[in-house]
Amino acid sequence: MTVTNRSHVEVIETLLRAESDVKEVVKITDQYPDLSIEEAYDLQKKLIERRMDKTKSKRLGIKLGLTSKAKQEMMGVHEAIYGYLLSDMLALEWEPLQQHRLIHPKAEPEIAFIMGEDLMGEHVTADDVMKAAKYVVAAIEVIDSRYKDFRFTLPDVVADNCSSAKLILGSKMVKPVELDLAGIGMVMSKNGEMVATGAGSAVLGHPAEAVAWAVQKLALRNDGLKKGDIVLSGALSEAVSFDMDDTIVAQFEGLGSVTLSSRYVK
Amino acid sequence: MQQQILSRLTEELMEAEKKLMPMEALSTRFPELSVKDSYEIQLEWVKRQLKEGRAVIGKKIGLTSKAMQKMLGVDEPDYGHLLDNMLISSGSVLSRKDFIQPKIEAEIGFILNQDLKGPNVTYVDVLMATEALVPTLEIIDSRIEDWKIKLIDTVADNGSSARAVTGEPFREIEKIDLRTVSMTLMKNGEVTATGAGAAALGHPAHAIAWLANKLADYNISLKAGELILPGALSAAIDVGAGDEVTATFGKLGSVSITFQD
Repeated sequence: MTVTNRSHVEVIETLLRAESDVKEVVKITDQYPDLSIEEAYDLQKKLIERRMDKTKSKRLGIKLGLTSKAKQEMMGVHEAIYGYLLSDMLALEWEPLQQHRLIHPKAEPEIAFIMGEDLMGEHVTADDVMKAAKYVVAAIEVIDSRYKDFRFTLPDVVADNCSSAKLILGSKMVKPVELDLAGIGMVMSKNGEMVATGAGSAVLGHPAEAVAWAVQKLALRNDGLKKGDIVLSGALSEAVSFDMDDTIVAQFEGLGSVTLSSRYVK
Repeated sequence: MQQQILSRLTEELMEAEKKLMPMEALSTRFPELSVKDSYEIQLEWVKRQLKEGRAVIGKKIGLTSKAMQKMLGVDEPDYGHLLDNMLISSGSVLSRKDFIQPKIEAEIGFILNQDLKGPNVTYVDVLMATEALVPTLEIIDSRIEDWKIKLIDTVADNGSSARAVTGEPFREIEKIDLRTVSMTLMKNGEVTATGAGAAALGHPAHAIAWLANKLADYNISLKAGELILPGALSAAIDVGAGDEVTATFGKLGSVSITFQD
């Protein structure tokens, strides 16, 4: 059974309510097992429009998911996924996250690109990305699936805007050509203990390759990257769960560090 | 508050500045003055300055440190206007006699290369719209007796601004980590205060985003070419005749000013 327009609205409202009420919901494919990836991206687009309208936020950029071989194998797919970042998702290194606004958040260390010019097209390459990006910055993405127990199929997670919740950027900006992005080492620690390590190459071999892939995919939907967009290119290691009073620091070779701390504020 | 009273207070503030005679705090005389009233006084003050031939060349943000906000019992910054006759080049000599009770703060000025209009301006938008960073000394000088100011006093008094002393613009902004960039304030060769970029609301560009979003309420944008001061990186220091003050911001450069009799 495919999802009708009317049920599109219901699905979107359910996901948005899950986020605003901080309450997980059952995944869409339990009810609509035939939901296709293409239809899931349709749902994502409508969800983003509705969310921007509801929260009076604007587009901030794009994020990628499933950019590592390990994760793709786990999900039984051969492709990455993308979602949208909105301005109210931008968290600040100097203001603790409000843990009670999140369901079951996880932190992922990523390399963020900040675009210096528009980039669009089905044949965009990693080189084009490196030229169009103005800066790269250390980042932590907070993912927070709206689905029960963080369990979902590929169409589910796409419709849920790829679990996007928050992002935090480090304050050191570097011109992308000045670094070997694939060779950047990353160490992530939680409350002073190392919890993950990785390298830029974990992201589809090279973070700019992942961004180029996203641009190609966006072109199929008549979209692209815009000047000023922030692009989270994909995780350099597995995601790490955190709770209130946790502090997570990700250190990147040549990019400095970025810190996330979470607090219970009500 | 009655328009008449607001106009009278605007005039009194202009007189106090002209005659270098401080006045009693507005908040003491009119405890019912609101923050909105005080911004109206400031805007009226700007209007009159423009009539006298002045031009607005930028804006300044104040109360961007937790310490200052606590002192005045507020939880957000304030802002004021910079006029063309406030702008001074680094290395200049000023006369102490032209001020009432001057203090100096060191700030990283921003010059934008495009207009910024809220709401939803992020600090990343600010960074992407930044043409140059400018080492700046802000000279503040309250027109209120003994600096006994509450929020509404300093807002009405244009954020207590007096002069902005600027050094060389620095354009390679990716070379500067704006949270950790250092600031050393020296008076007569001695280190008097230190700080880092994060002192201004966590990140100087975040303070500027705050202003862009705040001004959106009044349908005003930050303009390309304007000098925007995002807030002090340390507590203000007193300055008197004979003092030479220099602020150094690491790679970003330095700026200095001398006060004579």
